[in-house]
Amino acid sequence: MTLSISLTVNGVARKVELDDPRVTLLDLIRERLDLTGTKKGCDRGQCGACTVLVGGRRINSCLALALSYDGADVLTIEGVAKGDALHPLQAAFIDHDGFQCGFCTPGQIMSAIGLIQEGQAGDDPERIREGMSGNLCRCSAYAGITNAVLDVQRELIERDRRNVA
Amino acid sequence: MSEIAISHAPAHVRHGSNIGQPLTRRDGILKVTGAARYAADNHPPGMLYAVLATSTIARGRVTFLDVAAAKAHPGVVEVMTPAHKPPLALDPDAKTNPFVFRLDLLQNDRVRYANQSIAVVIAETLEAATEGAALLSPRYETEPARVGLEDAESFVPPAVGIGNPAVVRRGDVEAGLTAASRRIEATYETAPQYHNAIEPHAIVAAWDGERLSIDTPSQGLIMAQGRIAGLFGVSPNNIHIRSPFLGGGFGSKGLVSGPQILGIMAAKLVGRPVKLVLRREQMYGPVGHRAPTRQTLRLGADGSGALTAIDHHTKTSSSTFDDFFEPASDSSHTLYASPAIATSHEAVRLDTGTPLFMRAPGEATGSIALESAIDEMAQACGMDPLAFRLKNYADVEPISGKPFSSKALRECYAQGAERFGWPRRPLAPRQMRDEAGLLVGWGMGTATFPALMFQAQARAILGADGRGVMEIGAHDMGQGAATALAQIAADGLGLDLDEVEFRYGSSDLPDGGIAGGSGHTATAGMAIHSAGANVIAKLADLATGNERSPLYGAGNAGVVARDGRLFRRDDESRSESYGEILARAGLATIEARGASAGDPAARSSYAMHAHGAVFAEVKVDPELGQIRATRLIGAFAAGRVINPRLVRSQYFGGMIWGASFALHERAIMDSRSGRLMNPNLGEYHVPVNADVPSLEAILVEEHDPHVNALGIKGVGEIAVTGTAGAVANAVWHATGIRVRQFPITLDRLI
Repeated sequence: MTLSISLTVNGVARKVELDDPRVTLLDLIRERLDLTGTKKGCDRGQCGACTVLVGGRRINSCLALALSYDGADVLTIEGVAKGDALHPLQAAFIDHDGFQCGFCTPGQIMSAIGLIQEGQAGDDPERIREGMSGNLCRCSAYAGITNAVLDVQRELIERDRRNVA
Repeated sequence: MSEIAISHAPAHVRHGSNIGQPLTRRDGILKVTGAARYAADNHPPGMLYAVLATSTIARGRVTFLDVAAAKAHPGVVEVMTPAHKPPLALDPDAKTNPFVFRLDLLQNDRVRYANQSIAVVIAETLEAATEGAALLSPRYETEPARVGLEDAESFVPPAVGIGNPAVVRRGDVEAGLTAASRRIEATYETAPQYHNAIEPHAIVAAWDGERLSIDTPSQGLIMAQGRIAGLFGVSPNNIHIRSPFLGGGFGSKGLVSGPQILGIMAAKLVGRPVKLVLRREQMYGPVGHRAPTRQTLRLGADGSGALTAIDHHTKTSSSTFDDFFEPASDSSHTLYASPAIATSHEAVRLDTGTPLFMRAPGEATGSIALESAIDEMAQACGMDPLAFRLKNYADVEPISGKPFSSKALRECYAQGAERFGWPRRPLAPRQMRDEAGLLVGWGMGTATFPALMFQAQARAILGADGRGVMEIGAHDMGQGAATALAQIAADGLGLDLDEVEFRYGSSDLPDGGIAGGSGHTATAGMAIHSAGANVIAKLADLATGNERSPLYGAGNAGVVARDGRLFRRDDESRSESYGEILARAGLATIEARGASAGDPAARSSYAMHAHGAVFAEVKVDPELGQIRATRLIGAFAAGRVINPRLVRSQYFGGMIWGASFALHERAIMDSRSGRLMNPNLGEYHVPVNADVPSLEAILVEEHDPHVNALGIKGVGEIAVTGTAGAVANAVWHATGIRVRQFPITLDRLI
């Protein structure tokens, strides 16, 4: 039995023939589309390493069955930078040393993009820490992660203020 | 001859500008874009997926596996079992030296711990392999499991840690206790802990005849290569291991584990490349853990608050089939002056996987008990905990009587205390509340970790194009070796960092030693430093010996290497570029090797340790007992700092591990089944972002002329120590309740 789904990954329309209904969105991305930036740390939605954006919302792709995402618009870490130009969050993670081993980092950055788009945390560090708590970092680069998100959030607030004025 | 060597060497000392710079990570862009390829990200053509089946009992035999059902599942290619597996050249249970650990490689049907590998299913897809493993539906002959410290007969282990004596005595502890005007005796318990790197152990293995190509995370490439070579009876030269990125190690990737070897066996069985990745729950068994401890401390002090005796006894566990004994009592060897110190260990053998090194093995477990006991003794003496520690400050290493190679601990205490506001701390507990009515407590702990060095080699190459290459099989598991070691390489080669290609993380490079014991920067760094010095010396000989060089005849005065040029030391107007020197000699490149090891003379004369002081604030809900660590300040002195940005991150990470030790981490055993009840990241609590308090790390300046020529100690583990005790002591100070079982949970405070 072959099942066919269409989805957009990082802006590219992909038609995927699936020979197996059990494939998760994470395993589809990693093992079949060879986009290995998205990581598997626990495969049960507890660590956040597999975070991607679907329709702009962050999800744990390990808990998503690929077949349920027919027609979805998926953004993974590979689609975040524009050519050689890093996304502000990517640059901020480097500047603030918001990672050590780097394994959770793609998930952290995708989660941070989602968090900022949700617009709930603002530039309150406590709410950012809460909003980023679905993404574990065993190296414990949390201070850098929080500061990176805070920096970008403040830049955006500042930009919006300028645009209004 | 030695005089000539000594006078010659300093002539080439170079004054680089890379060491000490807070550079960002050189692999940063790869890591934030998802381009960094970790082991499991490799997909060679024709690759199959292997999934482990693991035991659901802790002790007994596997009596049946439904291999037929697994094989009948579409996509399943092979099922590897004790009855059907490629032969090994070495018994996995053979113990040839203390660094070789026994592995479970399907050698028989015996089960010796829960989550032990009992079969491997290999399939065309991950989904088919996973289903195939489930279809094996194993049946067992089960024996009662022994998983608690009371469940087996205890014995004195032959050694603890790696080769440390289990029992050490200096002075007469009983006499010291008798003479004391104040005595305390307290027993502390620490829980089993699991490393839980976010990257599960993974391997992609491909055989090509006798040649083996492997992608797998390793903190010890050459040791892994040797172990694999022995097991498969092939030459180490035929094995190429790539480990450019590790998704965290913390000790669990120091030695190649059983499941990684099973991946190689699976590839051999099917004659195709195989990828095997552990599922999260499978990491609670075959890849090591920190063993539980029960530690009893007896301290005596005289009327002035001076310690008269320290007796530190640890009971811990190893597996039934191998030896690793958490050397927790050894923490009492170095920190506090006492005329009498006794440390001892006993152990039991349990039906668990073999415990192994986990970030600060022994130091972390010992530290939380010792720092708690010191706090209790300070309280018994009516003294401020910092004043008590200063009263018992060790000016020489207490257990050995050796002077310290350097020890800026007083500065750590002073700077940390001032920054924290420690002098405002009320002596009595349960005196402070915040605006919300939460109890506030302040505690402190002393941090320490030995400054170890292992052995390593490096190769330096300078090219006529003016660029340099430094090669070493070093490991970046997140600590930042790719950056810090490249900084040392650039200074060693007298080049700008951008002119240096730093090659690491591969077993075909010179042996970089192991990334463990907080000794990697010192060990690999010194090999790099030495290789740099040697290649510059060769280059200098080319120039100073050639009359057409402006440096001709500078041999006695010496030259300085800087910015890709050699300068005459006594006349810097005379210089020549590396490219010019090599071109004249008709050489495209020039290369030299360097090696490093601890200096045995210095190490026999001096005690070598990094030190630190950690101050913690916690808040406790008086009704609910909920505990939050709200503020941590650590001041650490660890010799020369190569990259303060990365060192600060290491300290932060260690401090959070310390807070986690005190408040979060605990593997809970089901005593009936011998299985862990919380083998997942939802129920085995590691800190999340919201758990992390305000953090500050102070890098206290320290110059150590003895540890190594670069003056490097190590920073990877020290911050776990001290912090755990500081948090525990802060909980006491907040509540007046002394909890001696870690992690401290809210039920103990209400």
